[in-house]
Parts: sequence; structure tokens; C-alpha cells
Amino acid sequence: MNEYTLDQYNECVETDCDPYNIKGIREDFPILKTLVHGKPLVYLDNAATTHKPRQVINAVNAFYAEYNSNIHRGVHKLSQIATDKYEDARRTVKSFINAKHLEEIIFTSGTTDSINLVVSSYGRKFLKEGDNVIISTMEHHSNIVPWQMLREEKNIELRVIPIDENGDLIFDEFVKLIDENTKFVSVTHISNALGTVNPIKHIIEKAHESNIPVLIDGAQSVHHTKIDVQYLDCDFFVFSGHKIYGPTGIGILYGKKEFLEKMPPHKGGGDMILSVRFDRTIYNDLPYKFEAGTPNIAGAIGLAEAIKYIDDICIKVIARHENELLNYATNLINELDGVRIIGNARNKSSVISFVMDNAHPHDIGTMLDIDGVAIRTGHHCAEPVMRRYKIPATARASFGLYNTKEEIDVLINSIIKVNKMFS
Amino acid sequence: MNEIQELYQQVILDHNKNPRNFGELPQHSHYAEGHNPLCGDHIDVYLDIENDIIKDLRFVGAGCAISKASASIMTTLLKGKNVAEARELFHEFHKIVTTDIQQNIDELDLGKLAVFCGVREFPARVKCASLAWHTLIQALDNAQNSKN
Ligand SMILES: Cc1ncc(COP(=O)(O)O)c(C=O)c1O
Repeated sequence: MNEYTLDQYNECVETDCDPYNIKGIREDFPILKTLVHGKPLVYLDNAATTHKPRQVINAVNAFYAEYNSNIHRGVHKLSQIATDKYEDARRTVKSFINAKHLEEIIFTSGTTDSINLVVSSYGRKFLKEGDNVIISTMEHHSNIVPWQMLREEKNIELRVIPIDENGDLIFDEFVKLIDENTKFVSVTHISNALGTVNPIKHIIEKAHESNIPVLIDGAQSVHHTKIDVQYLDCDFFVFSGHKIYGPTGIGILYGKKEFLEKMPPHKGGGDMILSVRFDRTIYNDLPYKFEAGTPNIAGAIGLAEAIKYIDDICIKVIARHENELLNYATNLINELDGVRIIGNARNKSSVISFVMDNAHPHDIGTMLDIDGVAIRTGHHCAEPVMRRYKIPATARASFGLYNTKEEIDVLINSIIKVNKMFS
Repeated sequence: MNEIQELYQQVILDHNKNPRNFGELPQHSHYAEGHNPLCGDHIDVYLDIENDIIKDLRFVGAGCAISKASASIMTTLLKGKNVAEARELFHEFHKIVTTDIQQNIDELDLGKLAVFCGVREFPARVKCASLAWHTLIQALDNAQNSKN
């Protein structure tokens, strides 16, 4: 099978990229100077949220300090600047994921919001009793629960692609799940709990053979791998700003124009209308049809700045750096007694979920915290994954563009301490 | 003692490794199931109460060291106590894990519960320590809620 992988897609042809300046990059993130329990912060919880470079913080600040205004509503100068910056941000997102049309980029509050938009607009209008939707075992709750809510309302069926022991999707099982009643496929690009990189190009091709639209949850992928929605040919692609070094409360829904145009608005209010009369209201055009109310203007501007930041470093170089960290940490953890990595997919992003024979993830989290090491512990909003492996929780270290091998050494030493304490 | 040693005292590590009264109690009069959705901790508490006296109690659970040790120590403290005494102990326990760190608790008065003083330093862990106790209270409140 012709795998769609991080490695192949991001072949490190670095002619146009500068060498990795980790020192300079770390200088850009003010929070990395924080001490936690008197120790330097070692932040390895990037899959939950990432820190923000000063460029992003300054851009958000500048909006509020210098040209705060509502958009699309005023003739005055500041409103014009704010509107321009907001629409510039949309253009930045468009080229970041290589969308064909600007109006295919909808600002939302995040991945969760984007998925809910698709489910409640597309799902409610076009799915009916007896139809089925395919998701996977490794979905984040935000790509499970909205579909379950639709199931309650419409009596649709949810089908789940199983994963194997390594955490890879079983592609053949996916193919078997498709039938003439399959009306939507919604899968994650990268699993936040296991790090698995899914062969989304193949999933999309397969689904399209039967004219089934596909949504890709890119919350864990857009900042690790170059996304080209036209190349992928996905019908929807969603992600969050806060996971890619941007602000919280902002996210993106990309949808192919032909889909967005036939979808009804999911929210009513200002900005999404052309004309309102009590007997008839005319909806606005894309993308405003889906952006009711005053949006997160500062968030959109901050997100654009985060994208510029990633582009400036070069995403391929970031991917290579993170891949090195992943391999370095994986090898060291595999050498430790009583520690087991959950998720050994063929293609992984820089996420390592692990469990220890003697210590519960929660105790691991507290012990590491004392050493300044921030990891995530729990079910990672992916309870079906935990159930698949028959574990209540994992500890998860996830690496971002500013992490270093020295930080991984701190992590490893801390895990060794946990082993000693609980053995 | 640093804060981590205070949290994971020998007593706690020992109860974690060798929990007392661990297992189901087929002959029980009271039962409740507790769940901490945040970390996936789960516990079943069984009590056999006769004439207001806790004759026996046991627990089954999967959780962190703090939650397991807390459940284990709770069972050792409650056997033979009456229901009012059990509720009184719950209040004491609650006070210990939620009292402001700045405030000194007279540790001498606390007996076995003193080992949980360290939890105050870790607000995120208070729920772990309290799970068994809250489940106990729920079991006492739901007299009808027998598993069988
Ligand atoms: C794969 C995946 N999907 C969706 C989400 C939800 O993102 P948000 O909480 O930003 O809406 C997350 C965040 O953890 C995620 O990792």
C-alpha cells in the first residue's frame, strides 16, 4: 500500500530552510523561562496545548492596544484596520493549508466547534435514518459525541474502524464498513492519545470511490506536517489555534465550497445575514454565513501570526526536529524496566503515551511535576482508546518545536525516580 | 521531608502495594460505586452494617497510589465503628485534605489520617484522596443501593 506518511510527505528538502536555531526559538517563548517548584519548566504537554511565541502575544496585544474595533460594521478607521487584519488572517490560513478559495476558510472557536458545525449543519440537513457515519477507535471525544447526538436525533448508525495492538488503523476493516448507506467518514489525521499518523490520503480516496464526503480532524497534525487540502482532496479539514502556537478560542473549519454552499447556517445572528425582515431573511455569502456574531478577532489575528511563525521556521524542519526527539525519547523509554509505551504505530507523531507496572499515571504526573516536567495524565479525551488497551489512563509526553534532548533527559531521570519510589 | 516525600509517605506506599480489605464483599448491606472522570479512577465500596455497626467493609478499585491507599486506610479505620462515627471521620478527613496549607493542623490529633496532610500541597490530588470517602458516604446514604 502506498502509505501517506509524515516522512514521505515532508521529505526534508531543506534548500529553502535555515538550520534549526533551537536557542533562538526558545528565546521567543517567554513562558519557557518559568520555574516550576523551583526547577526549570520542561513542558511536554504540547498535544494538549502549545505555548505562544512573543510574536503571537504581541499581535494579540496590539489588536487590543492599538486598533480594537468590531469588524465589517464601521466606516471608521479602526474598524477598517481590524477588518483588514481579520481578513488577512483568513488569507494566511488559506495559503497555509492551500485551500482553493478564500471563502472556504471559516473561523470557529476550535476543532470541537468546527466538528459540531459540520454535524449540525451538514449532518442534520443531509443525513437521515438508516444512514451510517464511519469514525475510528482513536477519535477524540469531540469527533464522537457530536455524531452520537446526531444519532439520537436522526437514528443514524455510527460505525467504528478498529485499531490493532500497535495503534494502527486496520484499513481493510474500514473498507468492509463502507456500504451503500455510508454517508460520511470523519477521522483524525493524528491520534492525540497514541500519536498514530493515519493514512488519510487513502481513506479519502477509498471513501470518494463511493462519493462519501470525508472530514479530517487535523488538531494534532497541521503543525507537524504540511497540509495541502487540495492534494488530500478532503471535503472538510478542522483544527485549533491553541495547539499550533496560537491563541485559545480560535479554530478553523475548511470546507469545499460546493459543500459549504449547500449547507444551511447553524447559528443565526449578526454578520451572517444580508438582509433581515420579519417575513424573510437572506443569508450572507460564504464564509460569513457560518460566522454569526462578533468573532474572536484577536484570536484570528494571533492565529495568523502563529502560522507565520511556523512558516518562518519551516514546517518540514520542525517535523524533522520533533521526529528526532520522538526517536530519542522512544529509545530511552524502551530501555527502562517496567515502562511500556502504548501506541507503536508505523508512523507516529511526537507523542509518547506510556504506562508503568508499579505506578499509576496520576502518580507519575505528580512526581514529574515536582521536577518541573509537565506531562498529561488521564484518558486524553479518548476513552475508547483506553478501553481498547484495557487501561484506565496513560501518562503522555508530547513534544513541540521548542523541546530539546536535554529536556527528554530530565523526563527520563524523573521516570527513573518514579520507578524507585513505587517499586 | 520535602513535599513529595510528605505526599508519598511509607504508609501510603505500603497501603498502595498491599491494600487491606481489597476485594468484593458478597454479603453486604450497602454498596456504592465511585468514579473520578478526570483520571479514570474507579472504586466499589461494600459495607456490611448490622445494628448500626460496620461489621465489615471492603473495596475494589483501580486508581492511583493516593486513591488506593486512602481507600485501604479508610477500611482499616471504619471496621467496628458505628455509622455516626464513620460520618464524623469523613468530616475530619475532608478537613485534613482541604484545609489551607498556611494553616497548621495539629497533626497529633489525627491518628492514622495524618498521612494525608501532604495531599494539601497538591490540589489536583485532593479528589484522588477523597474518592473512597465520598463513595462511602454515598453507600451510607443509599441504603437501598445494594449491588445484589
Ligand atoms: C485529535 C483531537 N481532536 C480534537 C481536539 C479538540 O480540540 P479543541 O479542544 O481545541 O476543540 C483535540 C484536542 O485535544 C485533539 O487532540
